[in-house]
Amino acid sequence: MSLYNDLRTSAELQREQEDGHRHCLRICRAAGCLSQHNDSITRALQDQVHGQGLENEVQVKGVGCMGLCAAGPLVSVSTHEGESVLYQHVSEADAPEIVAALDSEPVTRLQLDTSTPFFTRQYKIVLENSGIIDPDNIEEYVAADGYRALNTVLSEMTPADVIREVTISGLRGRGGGGYSTGLKWSTVAKAAGDLKYVICNADEGDPGAFMDRSVLESDPHRVLEGMAIAGYAIGAQKGFIYIRAEYPLAVERLKTAIRAAEKKNLLGDNILDTEFDFDIEIRLGAGAFVCGEETALMASIEGKRGQPRPRPPYPADYGLWGKPTLVNNVETYANITPIIRNGGEWFADIGTDNSKGTKVFALAGQIRNTGLIEVPMGITLREIIYDIGGGTPQGTALKAIQSGGPSGGCIPVEHIDSPVDYESLTRLGSFMGSGGMIVIDETADMVEIAKYFMEFCMTESCGKCIPCRVGTAHMYRLLDKIVRGQAAQSDLDLLEELCDLTRNTSLCGLGQASPNAVISTLRYFRHEYTARLIPEFAEEGER
Amino acid sequence: MSIKDKKYEARIQKHFGKYPDKRSAVMALLYIAQEEYGWVSPEAIQEVADLCEMDPTQVKSIAGFYTMYSEKPKGKYWLQVCTDLPCALKGADEFHKELKAYLGVEEGGTTDDGLFTVEHVMCLAACDKAPMLQCNFHYMENLDMEKMKAFVEEKRAELEQQTSKK
Repeated sequence: MSLYNDLRTSAELQREQEDGHRHCLRICRAAGCLSQHNDSITRALQDQVHGQGLENEVQVKGVGCMGLCAAGPLVSVSTHEGESVLYQHVSEADAPEIVAALDSEPVTRLQLDTSTPFFTRQYKIVLENSGIIDPDNIEEYVAADGYRALNTVLSEMTPADVIREVTISGLRGRGGGGYSTGLKWSTVAKAAGDLKYVICNADEGDPGAFMDRSVLESDPHRVLEGMAIAGYAIGAQKGFIYIRAEYPLAVERLKTAIRAAEKKNLLGDNILDTEFDFDIEIRLGAGAFVCGEETALMASIEGKRGQPRPRPPYPADYGLWGKPTLVNNVETYANITPIIRNGGEWFADIGTDNSKGTKVFALAGQIRNTGLIEVPMGITLREIIYDIGGGTPQGTALKAIQSGGPSGGCIPVEHIDSPVDYESLTRLGSFMGSGGMIVIDETADMVEIAKYFMEFCMTESCGKCIPCRVGTAHMYRLLDKIVRGQAAQSDLDLLEELCDLTRNTSLCGLGQASPNAVISTLRYFRHEYTARLIPEFAEEGER
Repeated sequence: MSIKDKKYEARIQKHFGKYPDKRSAVMALLYIAQEEYGWVSPEAIQEVADLCEMDPTQVKSIAGFYTMYSEKPKGKYWLQVCTDLPCALKGADEFHKELKAYLGVEEGGTTDDGLFTVEHVMCLAACDKAPMLQCNFHYMENLDMEKMKAFVEEKRAELEQQTSKK
């Protein structure tokens, strides 16, 4: 295993050189902050450093997402001793002041208080490197313990050992379903056949969800490493990342990462001088939400319309081009490396009895601290919304939290002390989903919200099965009628009947879940529906 | 104009090399065709069908299924406004309406000067920066009509300059 040691040594060497710098200025270069002209801020900081002849003392580099997108553009300044200061809403004009303050007191005007729960209450496993390392630099990933897990797996573990460790960890699929990852891996490993595939589902499409985009933009190698380990465990030589074409920055970073990993023999043939071969290809989607469903995703890779098919057969037996296939989400793969490094037991100690580890959530809607957070499973909604999220921006009253995208539901404020784990959210009529949380305040109209989601489901219905194709359109029309105040009780009855029908008879999970927004708002906010119905006598009178 | 030109050959072969059959590369080739023609024109469909050894009807059905293939010519700047719930909560619907009114186009329409096409799009995963849109795959975030008017006028002025030079 000398090859990994060599890699590690050269990466360490680079880190030592960096340590020679007394200060490091990190600029967030994830899409959220980039769009706010971060490149010009980077240049302005570099100009200042060069202008004052500080190149050997101050390092300026671009890194991935720092999480608190609401305060972007973000710049962090760290010293050799590890102390760090975070600056918010930085502009080009602030560069001289920031550089001048390096050896004195921080610029208080820009300083972001990092002792707040937003920072202290988080637990970073998936996002441990985000905002710290340069995503385009493989050495930085290696120096941060990257690819050590792959090396361990290839040199010291059998595929069965790997699957055992993942099973012990209790990791469950982070794409929404929550199926046991260890069980899925062992099923594909046991499937007959020499040719198998690994797929990373990066077709994130839930409104309100932007976790996977950020992970891929901030730490792409972590996902590649997780996929390679999965390939070894199940006996596959080829992996595909199916990613939305709407994420050009993430695609670019992935391409760079794959090229770098191939060059260092961390992907390709005879990885790290072992018998193991594994290649990863990127496959762009083209704007069909339904392709996040695994059978639709595989149809899309095969060059067909992305339409789901009935299961069984499951992809584990009959997947891509009919071969046994493992499909996991970005965040699931991102959890593999730390599980191998620290052991399954370590991971299983975090979280609750049935939901282990952490979860990344995207906070959006009426919340002060919009952005990305990672918290241990079992944390309460109150802690997420108030302590970490800072509550609603204008101090309006919180009304509900929508989780799980169009397949999820709205949780009313009275359940704010519920823990966040797979089972609790399902009990409340919502869904863990991929991790989007949309905060809804008192000004929102819940029937309108249900209508938004129904419009989404109607537009994105692939049209293959009638309950979903026709059901969502009818439900949308009925919701619209209610919003316009032209519906009667009979319309509401019909809506509920359609919810039932669509849920029970649609072909795929997306169709079955399409009425969830209506069902959950009816469960908790029925009065908002009934208050708009025209009285029965008026309906009679019209006839 | 053709994607059978030499300049695309290496790229197309690379896509074919990824898969066990040619059909699997059809989506990638449709992107190349859209790059060449600006939209997936009937010629583009035919060429992709030839290369992937498929029936043109099958290719057309795939182009029609996925929203990122354009079945009609688009403006130079393709503005896709995200109007999903998290964005709508931050005023994206209103913004989308005002933008169309300002440009004088209907949903999916293109301005007479051929510069702008406006349409709404499903989640672009930048919910924290709404209202936002994607302009030819580049994100423009934290928008308001003032910023958009400035952008539109800048592009119009550029076009005017180019035409007056000619």
